[in-house]
Amino acid sequence: MAVDITFRIGGAAGQGMQVISYSLGKMLARGGYYAFATQDVMSRIRGGHNFANVRVSDRPVYAQHGRCDVLVALDGRTIDEHRHELNEHAVIVHEKKLSPTGLEGHTVLAVPLEELATRFGADARMSNSVALGAVLCLAGYPLEPLLSVLKDEFSRKGNDVVSRNQACARGGYDFARHSFKKTCPCTLTALKSPESRLFMSGAEAVGLSAILSGLQFYAGYPMSPSTPILEYLASKGLEHGILVRQTEDEISAINMALGASWAGCRAMTGSAGGGFSLMVEGLSLAGMTETPIVIALCSRPGPATGLATRQAQADLLFACHAGHGEFSRVIFAPGTAEQAIYATNQAFDISEEYEVPAILLLDQHLNDSYWTLGPIDESRLMRQRYRADAADLAPYAYKRYAPASSSASPLLRPGTPNQLRYDDSDEHTEEGHITESAEIRRAMVGKRLGKAADISLELARPDCGPGEPARTVVLCFGSTYGVAREAVDNLSREGASISLMHLNEIMPFPREAVLARLAKTHRITTIEGNATAQLARLVTTETRLKIADSILKYDGRPFSIEEAERELEKQA
Amino acid sequence: MTTSHDPAFSPDIAWCPGCGNFAIREAVRQALEELHLEPWQVVFVSGIGQAAKLPQYMPCNLFDVLHGRALVTATGVKLANSRLTVIAEGGDADMYAEGANHLMHAMRKNVNITCLVHNNQVFGLTKGQFSPTSESGFRTGTSPQGSAEPAFNPLAFGVALEAGLVARGFAGDIPRLKELIIAAIRHEGFSLLDILQPCVTFNKVNTFKWYQSRVYNLSDTPGYDPHDKAQAFARSLEWGTRIPCGIIYRNDRPALDRQLPQLHDQPLVDQPVPADKFRALIERFR
Repeated sequence: MAVDITFRIGGAAGQGMQVISYSLGKMLARGGYYAFATQDVMSRIRGGHNFANVRVSDRPVYAQHGRCDVLVALDGRTIDEHRHELNEHAVIVHEKKLSPTGLEGHTVLAVPLEELATRFGADARMSNSVALGAVLCLAGYPLEPLLSVLKDEFSRKGNDVVSRNQACARGGYDFARHSFKKTCPCTLTALKSPESRLFMSGAEAVGLSAILSGLQFYAGYPMSPSTPILEYLASKGLEHGILVRQTEDEISAINMALGASWAGCRAMTGSAGGGFSLMVEGLSLAGMTETPIVIALCSRPGPATGLATRQAQADLLFACHAGHGEFSRVIFAPGTAEQAIYATNQAFDISEEYEVPAILLLDQHLNDSYWTLGPIDESRLMRQRYRADAADLAPYAYKRYAPASSSASPLLRPGTPNQLRYDDSDEHTEEGHITESAEIRRAMVGKRLGKAADISLELARPDCGPGEPARTVVLCFGSTYGVAREAVDNLSREGASISLMHLNEIMPFPREAVLARLAKTHRITTIEGNATAQLARLVTTETRLKIADSILKYDGRPFSIEEAERELEKQA
Repeated sequence: MTTSHDPAFSPDIAWCPGCGNFAIREAVRQALEELHLEPWQVVFVSGIGQAAKLPQYMPCNLFDVLHGRALVTATGVKLANSRLTVIAEGGDADMYAEGANHLMHAMRKNVNITCLVHNNQVFGLTKGQFSPTSESGFRTGTSPQGSAEPAFNPLAFGVALEAGLVARGFAGDIPRLKELIIAAIRHEGFSLLDILQPCVTFNKVNTFKWYQSRVYNLSDTPGYDPHDKAQAFARSLEWGTRIPCGIIYRNDRPALDRQLPQLHDQPLVDQPVPADKFRALIERFR
């Protein structure tokens, strides 16, 4: 029987919901399941109401349900906030002190979480580990895999913390075993000879791929939801010979990364939309001087500070148009952590090969969610360097912007003996010297813009499945992929003529591929996380195709599968 | 150091006749020559403005970047390849207005780069507006009633932040300016060299003559120790009838590039990608 269970864990900020969701997800991914964990957190360190979801299935899942099967309430507010989301057979595990009412008809287990945490861990804050143990027992899953995950998770805090958390989990597990005599409607069996899978956040996927792509320099300024990339890379810097610098601001971050790139290093920076706003002049500098750089633009709701810890996809057109003047750029909008790994790698490769800025258009939902991945295909990862060889050059004969076989000129490392590099933010000659010649200006504009056509040939073409396109084709970009994929699949299983096209490559826009697949489609709809149908506008601008409708969500939360299905059903 | 290294190098110089920048360019040229630095070993990172054009007229590596950002880009270049001699060049608007935040943090980071500021107390390329170092009351196109702000004191700022080396030179004294440039490049850490540069077009007050009658050299002052912060601070405040030039302050704390273990063995740019560690890196997610 197919497994598809949604756990929802709620409490106040600081109660450790993230530890529960991460540990549960990691344990199940190790055990051969597919887990997808999301966070819904407020911009505060203590108090308020936060919750985490873990969806577990025996097939790949990249989206969350609005309803849940298991609700874990560390505080009373969780029950009030989420009681209307409970499925018919839902199980509720709550702190015994809360004594909630109105849960008749559901399977309920009251656990003295704080009391057990104090008894087994000498710390009431370890309630989360107690709850984790109790939930696992209810689901009928063995305890050992959890103990091993807790060991890995807490080992950096010392053996004492590991053993106290393990004791709490065991305490919760034993409590449930002795006091819960009914049959739990949500069961998870340990798979025999499971295929262990990778479990990581979207931000970690980007950071990991950057390292695998040969990253040498990263500069950034903390800002949600880009901070986890900065912190992941900082934690690996020493071991992998990567210099990671926290700078005074995002202006410094991009310009410092450009300096490192100019000197020959693979360099990257990242921020949220607000920080990216500060970087925009630097983006234009990269375009003008043809300096490779990868920029992670991690969207959250704006304008200005917006909703700091929440979800939006409202920076699409900003990413496309950011920067004064006209120059080529490449933009990827991966839909899952797995796609983010290959997109990040391709961003580094194309950025250096064509000497253009590459933007990874990410978002809070992608960055902060934890995804289950199969093995990484390292043969798909490119690590070729595109640096010119000075051996054939006469002394001081190198010309930075000389015409070449490709639209990019050979890129020589500064400091090469008896050669000089001039890179100029002013309009420049082939040598890189400042000029105001109209003729050279026309040639250089053409050189910079001509790269887009060459890059297009290297990008994958978006598709909407085999055969004739369905009557309705749904377009999406970025992390809305998961929910759109699932909703469209569900609807087509029910007989609707509907298919999905996910745009992972945004710039250069895949005009030919989109036109080839969609010119005869009866109805094109977009589903996107913004209020102004930015994807629909981009597609129409690029292809002249008419977009029938757009499903928009801009409340700071990602789509749930139920929402997407309900809205798409109207389109099919 | 000659321009003959680059046969194509015959710059069309965009400075006004008589500009102090010509003297600064000559002092920089002489300094690099005396340091036996080959053109390919030197990188100029310049901002935007008349001063920032100097590297356009020097046959060395050049990354001409954005107004105000030369210091951070230069920091990136130096951290990527510590073998390069990296000089950030710009004017008072570039470094003290648009780039002031970066100046403060470059001093704190103490990255081993040299910052040359052509301080003419006025915006040149945009035609004569008041700058951070203009005297209060300076009447210009954007301050018709006179500028309201007091002049920014870059030297006192540098001393307060314990920058590696804080010095002042004068474009009217090329031999001494050359010596200061050499000292700034040799200093292992961040060095700020503020250069008094008369603007013959837009600043009719602070002329060559005005400076010549006021500047004196700290190297001629017996017992002056630039390591003494209190003494340095007192000198940095001196302005008006007597203006000190020379090395005002010196702090030998280790440069940033010396403090980063990643850079101990060889420059970042030369380090091979440790692909043998990738498998373990991926496995941590299992």
